[in-house]
Amino acid sequence: MALTLEQVRHVATLARLSLTPQEEERYATQLSAVLDAVAELEALDVSQVEPTSHATLASSLLREDVLRPSLSPEAGLANAPAKVGTAFAVPKILE
Amino acid sequence: MSSLTDLSMLELAAKLASREVSSVEATRASLQRIAQVDPKVRAFLRVDEPGALKAAEASDARREAGSPLSALDGVPVGLKDIFLTEGVETTCASRVLEGFVPPYDATVVRLLKEAGLPLVGKLNMDEFAMGSSNESSAYFPTHNPWDLTRTPGGSSGGSAAAVAAREVFGALGTDTGGSIRQPAALTNTVGLKPTYGRVSRYGVIAFASSLDQPGPMARTVGDTAALFQLIARHDPLDSTSADVETPDCLTGLEDGVRGLKLGVPREYFAEGMDPEVAGTLRASLEELEKLGATLVDVSLPHTKYALATYYLLASSEASSNLARYDGIRYGQRAKDARGLKELYTQTRGQGFGAEVKRRIMLGTYALSAGYYDAYYLRAQKVRTLIREDFTKVFQQVDAIVSPTSPVPAFKLGAKVDDPLSMYLMDVYTLPCNLAGLPGLSVPCGFTQAGLPIGMQLLGRPFDEARLLRIARAFEREHDFFRRAAPV
Repeated sequence: MALTLEQVRHVATLARLSLTPQEEERYATQLSAVLDAVAELEALDVSQVEPTSHATLASSLLREDVLRPSLSPEAGLANAPAKVGTAFAVPKILE
Repeated sequence: MSSLTDLSMLELAAKLASREVSSVEATRASLQRIAQVDPKVRAFLRVDEPGALKAAEASDARREAGSPLSALDGVPVGLKDIFLTEGVETTCASRVLEGFVPPYDATVVRLLKEAGLPLVGKLNMDEFAMGSSNESSAYFPTHNPWDLTRTPGGSSGGSAAAVAAREVFGALGTDTGGSIRQPAALTNTVGLKPTYGRVSRYGVIAFASSLDQPGPMARTVGDTAALFQLIARHDPLDSTSADVETPDCLTGLEDGVRGLKLGVPREYFAEGMDPEVAGTLRASLEELEKLGATLVDVSLPHTKYALATYYLLASSEASSNLARYDGIRYGQRAKDARGLKELYTQTRGQGFGAEVKRRIMLGTYALSAGYYDAYYLRAQKVRTLIREDFTKVFQQVDAIVSPTSPVPAFKLGAKVDDPLSMYLMDVYTLPCNLAGLPGLSVPCGFTQAGLPIGMQLLGRPFDEARLLRIARAFEREHDFFRRAAPV
């Protein structure tokens, strides 16, 4: 299945990835080849097959709802590329 | 006399126990070996000399006081850079995490510290564990100690190369589609991918959460078993951690293979395999038979669909997991971005390498509206068929034997621009991850050019002890593990 440049740009937007024009060209070619290769799955009739999302049949686990120590604000912010006081700094989202 | 770094972990542990050697001596030997060979091998992203020596001194003090924390107390090991290490930079070999210093340890790191093992440093890997050659590291490729012009395999290639080059006595890696076993096979080391859920993923940077599994890499089967026992624990901090008893893999390790039925899947001996790999594997199967095992011809009919299934599911999970790298809370942030959306897209566009972007794009596509059913959901259904294949075969046999990699170590750069060809490197290893089974690679010979070849053993869930026992029976007949890489 051949991906168009427009489709590549749309997927990049969904994935929040900026791509250079060269990357767009490259991914259109490479992803088209990968999609061609994975199309072999269409040969299988899976209409009666249940999906497996996890190899172990994990159920939702809940711990006791009790207070316990967590990271301090300083430790939580220590790796932030930008901060203001005790908050993560982000660009304005409202003018 | 051979160098200290030539000892296996268990040999060193015996010398530590008898006080013939101190942990500080062993750690210094490891650091000296790194200084000597790592400029050529390039296995380490960073070496924590002060931290390792401090841990070694503490270990020696415990020995002096007669209170070692474990059998391996004082044995220096390395960690793939995917494991969070408190106070030590962890990047997952990505620019996007450059400068990230974790505020806590991964559970497996904590367990190794609690067992007294000095942690020598962080090992190179494919960026976010995506790759089969270590060339997608954002920093530099690692070289195979057996031939420096070749790759050690990936994504735990740094771990494998460091163990093979005798820079560390053992290491931890992670295996999402073969990332422990394939580099083990390409470097004459032993690598164990435990059953999914056996070893905690807490503090292990996520790639594909339903497939990722940490595990040990070492030079001998005994070392691998000893290291595995330290990290196989139920962990309440990981909701997929299995609440099962830690296995005793050392008792019974020498029991041999007599009476065991070993399945040989015909689909794993298909076209595309290097003739020397195929010949060595056939000879190894005959040897297992001579040692008393019965070989059984078995079929895993959906094997041919595993690669497509794996790449759809792993990429889909990766696209979701890697959404967290947005330049807000940690890691690198794009400069001069105008507005929030541009901050996200530019941070990610600048921070991720080519392979990571390719998989994020594939995963996003497979999960997007209109394509979800055709790609992601269908792949999940095929995963069921692949699991069922294994369940049926394990009703007949005790374990499965196959090659680990279809080819020996390939030249650096040979497959970089051909993702499909690179993906084929995992063709024998990744069905095991889809089914959540344990898998092990053990050295089984060399090509005429002196490149290592690995044999893969696959087992029933939580049956790691039997895989180690089979591998040990084979290892006992050879001296592969005594051979040192010519670096």
